[in-house]
Amino acid sequence: MTEMTYRDALNAAMLQEMDRDDSVFLLGEEVAEYDGAYKVSRGMLERYGERRVVDAPISELGFAGLCVGAAMAGLRPICEFMTFNFSILALDQVINGAAKMLYMSNGQIPVPIVFRGPTGAALQLSAQHSQACEVYYAHAPGVKLVVPGTPADAKGLLAAAIRDDDPVAVMEGELLYNVRGEVPDGEHVVPLGVADLKRSGGDVSIITHGKMIHVALQAAGQLAQDGIEADVLDLRSLRPLDVDAILATVARTNRAVYLEEGWPFAGVGAQVASLIQQEAFDDLDAPVARVTQADVPMPYAKNLEQLAKPGAKAVVEACRRVLYLG
Amino acid sequence: MPGGVGAPEAEGSPDEGGIAGFSREEMHALLAEMLLYRRFEEKAEEAYAIGKIGGFCHLHIGQEALSAGAIGPLRSDDQVITAYREHTQAIAKGISPRAAMAELFGRVDGCSGGRGGSMHLFDPSVGFYGGHGIVGGQIPLGAGLAWAIRYRGGDQICLCFMGDAAVNQGAFLESLNMSAIWQLPIIYVVENNGYGMGTAFSRVSVTEMESRSGAYGIPAHTVDGQDVLECYRFFEALAEEVRGGDGPHFVNAVTYRFRGHSMSDPVSGTYRSRKEVESQKRERDPISLLRDRMFEAGLLTPEELQAHDDRARELCADAADFADSSPTPDPATLYDHVYAEVGDRGRLFLDGRDAARAAAGGAGR
Ligand SMILES: Cc1ncc(C[n+]2csc(CCOP(=O)(O)OP(=O)(O)O)c2C)c(N)n1
Ligand SMILES: [Mg+2]
Repeated sequence: MTEMTYRDALNAAMLQEMDRDDSVFLLGEEVAEYDGAYKVSRGMLERYGERRVVDAPISELGFAGLCVGAAMAGLRPICEFMTFNFSILALDQVINGAAKMLYMSNGQIPVPIVFRGPTGAALQLSAQHSQACEVYYAHAPGVKLVVPGTPADAKGLLAAAIRDDDPVAVMEGELLYNVRGEVPDGEHVVPLGVADLKRSGGDVSIITHGKMIHVALQAAGQLAQDGIEADVLDLRSLRPLDVDAILATVARTNRAVYLEEGWPFAGVGAQVASLIQQEAFDDLDAPVARVTQADVPMPYAKNLEQLAKPGAKAVVEACRRVLYLG
Repeated sequence: MPGGVGAPEAEGSPDEGGIAGFSREEMHALLAEMLLYRRFEEKAEEAYAIGKIGGFCHLHIGQEALSAGAIGPLRSDDQVITAYREHTQAIAKGISPRAAMAELFGRVDGCSGGRGGSMHLFDPSVGFYGGHGIVGGQIPLGAGLAWAIRYRGGDQICLCFMGDAAVNQGAFLESLNMSAIWQLPIIYVVENNGYGMGTAFSRVSVTEMESRSGAYGIPAHTVDGQDVLECYRFFEALAEEVRGGDGPHFVNAVTYRFRGHSMSDPVSGTYRSRKEVESQKRERDPISLLRDRMFEAGLLTPEELQAHDDRARELCADAADFADSSPTPDPATLYDHVYAEVGDRGRLFLDGRDAARAAAGGAGR
């Protein structure tokens, strides 16, 4: 184990995979000369040269499509979006291109591509730069989606994503890049579709993903002071979704709260709540609660932004609600 | 006195005591205006450093001549739309320094009520349509503003700014084509400061900027974006041509950014040397260029310059004080303006807010 930042863990995963497979290359805005807008690709241009670490013009639709095409031809692109906000421009190539190619071609043309970059809000970046993009991607059959919340998971999940033969979106967090944690040395791959119980409680389940695991753990800490022990289940991967792990925690606690950074309508929590009521109805002692961003575009003003973001306080309240503690 | 200043279209003979057709008063006004922009940005920089402003904040320092020289000649009912490096453009179009600064501070008296911040200044009442954060996103919107002008039979025009890096977006190409087909009253202005963040334009384009509009049959022009007099005369004449039905035009305004891409980026680095930045600041500062010409022509005294600068600093200090004393937005307004119409049937907000209101006897069930 080595302690490192989430940023360096992502970098380590790319080195690990690019060292072993020449068909893997990194393309995106500012990834080469500038070491990445968030310095995730630091040193990679020097190590692999301009053939494999490529600065793209600000043409998201074009370069995402180019990467999809390269993947159709058998290469394994890592397509970096400076942030997933900008990938909304590229969604046609992701959804109409990458997601459907294998199916439309009757299995003849796989698209082994990774789309990666930060999703969600940072601090006061306002409406166009602060949105959680998970559901745009997860909605489309043909796309896989992982959302690492810790440095170890960042390394392991990105490595798995690169090795996967399908399009995989890896959604990171701007506020996660400096988070430090222990990361396994040497080859480290975390399989897609395996959730991780980040805290074991037993009274109530907080199910979440990505950067929100830190908010969930904070809420769990506060609940513990009142003698309430929460499970914190980090899904890590939204497609494939570890349904067994979700059902297991609900079977143990009989109460669930889904916490996510995005908007409520058709959110990840809506999907998970639907699953729980379908497959574990008898386990439930309370309706599944959800904590999301307020249903508004992200405002700039600090006080409004804080109000709009899901925080530990709202999670604690939701947990108390499903425990009927008022 | 330097010769050949101003666009060839400039009409009339130089006023006595002026340069290139500009009267002494006009030049003083342009100088004062640019000083205001410079001091405003420096004040924003200062406020950012002490945490009064957050998020991304992109300064226009070095590029002020374009705000004074391209927006200055417009009519008040003409329209401007632009990207996120827009503070001085907003002021040039008529947003007060107070309302602009209050927006940067995220306060209710800001021109977007504190919701938008540095990248999203708006005031349609003065023809300023934002303030957009997605590179290239404002370009089709500009075409739409111009479309509406033509649709209504108006004689206004739209000035649509973008950075050099934005011309690589599909939205740019598509917009140019449409505005050419429909002969829209729009001037596309590239503030060509040579870089998109850390990437030189020459690294992402094998052609010159000026060639970018030719494929769509749109006339292209290059102007010195550091020369406020040239810009002013040029845009004054071009605005009238476009107003007269000449269709879209494309302007490559060559300029330079004196600060880092945003407050969180270094001024220089691997992508441009400190030496390059220093020499641009020394030789191509739009304010010094005008100042020196006025000095040489005997049209400006050091005392007058000082007075302009004092006034600019005063206005910006006042703007910052105003911003700081403006209240933060009322939390109760969080859901205001998500929709223009919030009816009493059906549930608009799905985060439990409407359910809570319904339980309290309000709308939203
Ligand atoms: C679609 C999109 N991609 C990437 C970004 C991130 N970004 C913000 S500004 C910028 C550079 C733009 O440069 P340019 O258009 O030349 O304008 P300048 O900053 O020089 O004024 C980039 C890449 C963005 N905001 N939107
Ligand atoms: Mg630029």
